[in-house]
Amino acid sequence: MELKSKAPSGPIETRWDRHRFEMKLVNPANKRRYKIIVVGSGLAGASAAASLAQMGYEVSCFCFQDSPRRAHSIAAQGGINAAKNYQNDGDSVYRLFYDTVKGGDFRARESNVYRLAEISAAIIDQCTALGVPFAREYSGYLANRSFGGAQVSRTFYARGQTGQQLLLGAYSALALQIGLGSVKMYPRSEMLDLVVHEGRARGIVVRDLVTGAISSHSADAVVLGTGGYGNVFYLSTNAKGTNVTAIWRAHRRGALMANPCFTQIHPTCIPVAGDHQSKLTLMSESLRNDGRIWVPKKAGDPRAPQDIPEDERDYYLERKYPSFGNLVPRDVASRNAKAICDAGLGVGPGGLGVYLDFAEAIKRLGQDVVEARYGNLFEMYEHITGESPYKQPMRIYPAIHYTMGGLWVDYNLMSNVDGLHVIGEANFSDHGANRLGASALMQGLADGYFILPYTIGDYLARVSPKDRLPADHPAFKVVEQEASGRLKKLLDVNGSRTVDSFHRELGKLVWEHCGMGRNEAGLKKALQRIPELRDEFWKNLKVTGDGANFNQSLEKAGRVADFMEFAELMVRDALVRDESCGGHFREEHQTPEGEALRRDDQFSHVSAWEFTGVGQEPRLHKEALEFEYVHPSQRSYK
Amino acid sequence: MKLTLKIWRQAGPREKGALATYQVDDINPDMSFLELLDVLNESLMLKGERPVAFDHDCREGICGSCGFMIGGVAHGPLKLCTTCTLFMRHFKDGDTVTVEPFRAKGFPVLQDLVVDRGALDRIVQAGGFISARTGSAPEANAMLIPKQNADRAMDAAACIGCGACVAACPNGSAMLFTAAKVTHLGELPQGQPERNHRVLRMVSKMQQLDFGGCSNHGECEAVCPKGIKIDFIAQLNRDFLKASLTDEMETLKRV
Ligand SMILES: Cc1cc2nc3c(=O)[nH]c(=O)nc-3n(C[C@H](O)[C@H](O)[C@H](O)COP(=O)(O)OP(=O)(O)OC[C@H]3O[C@@H](n4cnc5c(N)ncnc54)[C@H](O)[C@@H]3O)c2cc1C
Ligand code: FES
Repeated sequence: MELKSKAPSGPIETRWDRHRFEMKLVNPANKRRYKIIVVGSGLAGASAAASLAQMGYEVSCFCFQDSPRRAHSIAAQGGINAAKNYQNDGDSVYRLFYDTVKGGDFRARESNVYRLAEISAAIIDQCTALGVPFAREYSGYLANRSFGGAQVSRTFYARGQTGQQLLLGAYSALALQIGLGSVKMYPRSEMLDLVVHEGRARGIVVRDLVTGAISSHSADAVVLGTGGYGNVFYLSTNAKGTNVTAIWRAHRRGALMANPCFTQIHPTCIPVAGDHQSKLTLMSESLRNDGRIWVPKKAGDPRAPQDIPEDERDYYLERKYPSFGNLVPRDVASRNAKAICDAGLGVGPGGLGVYLDFAEAIKRLGQDVVEARYGNLFEMYEHITGESPYKQPMRIYPAIHYTMGGLWVDYNLMSNVDGLHVIGEANFSDHGANRLGASALMQGLADGYFILPYTIGDYLARVSPKDRLPADHPAFKVVEQEASGRLKKLLDVNGSRTVDSFHRELGKLVWEHCGMGRNEAGLKKALQRIPELRDEFWKNLKVTGDGANFNQSLEKAGRVADFMEFAELMVRDALVRDESCGGHFREEHQTPEGEALRRDDQFSHVSAWEFTGVGQEPRLHKEALEFEYVHPSQRSYK
Repeated sequence: MKLTLKIWRQAGPREKGALATYQVDDINPDMSFLELLDVLNESLMLKGERPVAFDHDCREGICGSCGFMIGGVAHGPLKLCTTCTLFMRHFKDGDTVTVEPFRAKGFPVLQDLVVDRGALDRIVQAGGFISARTGSAPEANAMLIPKQNADRAMDAAACIGCGACVAACPNGSAMLFTAAKVTHLGELPQGQPERNHRVLRMVSKMQQLDFGGCSNHGECEAVCPKGIKIDFIAQLNRDFLKASLTDEMETLKRV
């Protein structure tokens, strides 16, 4: 299979413009004859569904929460990047492009990244028009902050609730279309499978989570905006329902999975408190703007942090990276925290934590200013830990946060399966091996508001609505039967271990061997252990109740069953990618300073995997990456 | 620590429900209330019993999925706190705690602690938006918004749509929820053109649905995990009155 990225050539500044001109258009009067399924109502899904409906397409939108407004995007705190250069600090489209390619450690497509940077400014305009209450200065102008990995202030924010406000903006645009009847919304509905017929995506099979009813939905194109797969690690900052099911099922139907081993660890999360822990809470990285990270110089120092004098503290990031200090990229910050804790210098329960201290910021700026900037984050921290960051430093530790890998898509955001489009965190497209802070929101909205609505037309113009299959076509019936058969199988095991217990074990396994640091021996061990655990899952799982009802443990079981298959691919990808890059840190490949060491001669490509069967070795396809503008260099944040 | 839980169990929307009593031991004070239910559910499942259903997703107080009555109070005893961020350290060893779903005519029970809050979405669909077509937006800084307006809009926009206000209201009114959206958009210059239309449409939708009227009990503000102010209801009333008059005048003019 040859992977055609369809990325245009020529001067990079004109590529998107020219591509838009060259794409086929759907005649305005014809649009209403086309039906599009959008799975997901996060930033990507909601903005796409709303925009497509405005254009005249008939849209159906699905999400598993009880309301589209609750998609995981709601939890994003810190902000959204845009190359507005409002701060007059030398930002530009080119600089955002450059930073993103470099931050991604040269594993993303230049054309895609440039387009993302180019569109970023329009996103802020659009969101403002929709009523997103971005932070403002006293003058009434929009405010900015700087964010991890960038030396310019290009991040727009709405207190510590940027994702919430952006999502409520997209949700309101979606609500308008639902009210008008141009989008049919299906909340509490889970996509169980994709229907592919004669090489084209034809629709999906869905379970109504309230009644348990399984139904088929047919369309001319299917869009997946179903988010990331970070919950394969069980403990992550992702919402509990976040899952791999939609993209994994599409993968099993032929869509290639790209770079699944590219996962991101976030350096600033609240450390684990005990075995009951069900998820980890992120403390926005914006905190690193004013907070200083340190550990006591003496291992096991019993004093309270406030009582440890300055010269007995190690501000290790400021020491090792004088120009970026506490603002080094996430992977660098995370690995340093792990290294310092592995060396026995960590603080808090189990020694798995470092301090993030605001004492100096409070002294410099005053408590009011600090409160205005981070008030709700401090509150959240205090709620959870019972400790006030105004009085003592926070304790933080890295956790899984974001997944750069996802379904492979071309420049039009279409997968290798005709008609199947993938947007937002669910695709692999723009962040390479490491995502910069405040760039996921940007990408989700770029995909949904400004890219997919055009590029999907190029596909639709080539197919006829007359060829749409009826939802009772045998192609749908077969998939429906498979989906219900699988649910029945989960219910019939009737063993003695709960879904969570399996999920927790899987999570520990991949965190241990495919987390912050990875090596050949560990990855091989995981590759052996995952199929064994999967076998046990299918022999010893306990799910109560039945399928014809609201049944949350059955929902979970289906998702964990898919994680059990997906985990193996993620680990295999990490093993085969015998280099370090971005968030993928192979311990065998590091510089003397402990930085990721890429092997561009062998790995300057996207790894796109083809499914060949559960437990079968998948087939690897490579899309070579070329860098005409930003030349690969060793990242250095010294 | 140990707790006795009395939890509302109801198998389905048309089934009859009742409180069932469970004892949970070995509770870690750093657990959240939802993690407590996780622990209980694990043990129920191993006994072959149906676990307690409850909505949740982010578990950090922002998605608005979670929420039920804990000891008769929406989201429990702690102020400014969602159920998922309520930690067990706020309870006393040996306490008995009653756990019931949000009760309101507008929120039918689906199972156990899970209710259908879809009516809140329908209020937003009726008018809780600014109709800005994708691609038509002007340069963001072309329109200056005084910081105090932006801040007030943000205060109102912080609503997470959990429905605690409805559950706490003796009338089952969705007034605080609606008022928050009306204030958020009404505070911004972009929200002006549709201001009258918005408030009229949202209020009339609210009345059509199974929500009661507001009689200023203030219970809504007291339980709101995000501190949404009851002042916003006064704002809604002013907007509504003004809009009713304007529209009447519009109609009169046309006659
Ligand atoms: C705590 C936290 C903070 C963050 N902060 C920032 C930040 O400050 N800046 C930034 O840029 N990024 C941030 N991110 C990352 C960013 O929030 C996400 O990458 C982004 O919101 C993903 O958006 P999405 O639309 O792709 O998917 P999501 O918002 O995850 O939406 C997925 C949608 O798909 C639906 N869905 C999933 N599976 C199915 C299925 N099988 N059937 C039906 N529906 C399904 C869900 O219901 C949901 O509607 C943060 C992430 C986390 C976890
Ligand atoms: S689970 Fe999201 S607010 Fe509680």
